[in-house]
Amino acid sequence: MSQDIYFEDVTEGMEIPIIEKNPTTQQLVKYAGASGDFYQIHYDMEYAKNNGLPGVILHGALKNAFLGQLITDWIGPTGKLKKLEVQYKGMDLPGAPVFAKGIVSKINDNNTVNCDIWLETDNGEKTTVGKAVVQLPTK
Amino acid sequence: MSKSSIPESLTNSIGTVSIKMSNDIEKGAIRRFAEAIEDNNPVYTDEEYAKNLGYRNVITPPTFLRSVQTNPLPEHIKSPYSAVVDGGSVWEYFEPVCAGDKISTVLKFEQVFEREGRLGNMIFLIKITKYTNQLEELVATQTTTSITYEPKKED
Repeated sequence: MSQDIYFEDVTEGMEIPIIEKNPTTQQLVKYAGASGDFYQIHYDMEYAKNNGLPGVILHGALKNAFLGQLITDWIGPTGKLKKLEVQYKGMDLPGAPVFAKGIVSKINDNNTVNCDIWLETDNGEKTTVGKAVVQLPTK
Repeated sequence: MSKSSIPESLTNSIGTVSIKMSNDIEKGAIRRFAEAIEDNNPVYTDEEYAKNLGYRNVITPPTFLRSVQTNPLPEHIKSPYSAVVDGGSVWEYFEPVCAGDKISTVLKFEQVFEREGRLGNMIFLIKITKYTNQLEELVATQTTTSITYEPKKED
């Protein structure tokens, strides 16, 4: 867990500490159960392949959750996540690590900060891109 | 211009909303969700910790509301294509959601359009869910994009 981060400490271009995730097929099953998303492309290999996919793929919403954690870990308990936006650009398969990354893109007047966020594979491919808006405490 | 693949019945249904559904936010469900996404932030599991931060109870991870159900839209509001992938979502957060809350959901069919792409002709469905708590506060909205397509049969 990070310490509190204050609005005054943030600068444009600042990097958000990276988090690494190592999704497995077991995690996809756990996420299916916890989220109620039982679409078979996330756990049934044959079904996924019959739908033109290379194999079972991560739930988009799970990748969204990873990017949510990127932000909540960074801002700590006193910062507030106001907006979280993601677009899925590519598929991620279980068994490969993904890295959630972000930078501060804009400092606003009202103690809020815009961030560009993304998920990256080992090869540097951005499979999910998005934006976040956070509100930070002041000193 | 080729003919639109979007059925008229779908275009005519833009703006349709689901019947409101009430959901109990359970502490155990929050824990299981946090475990599933492998986020060990104690604010999702440790009631004392959460209360010391000023919350009523443990709070939910940002995307937890994904697990909170809505009533379905009418049957005819669906793509003519059988396969669907999740295109993305936009969350806006206004108030924390805590264990013990009652969250009402209303799903709205917002927009439909089509594009040609890697998967052939694709129909995009945009829907917005509004989440309201027991204090009648709007706590969050989620806008989702579903990309639908007809799977190609393997030769």
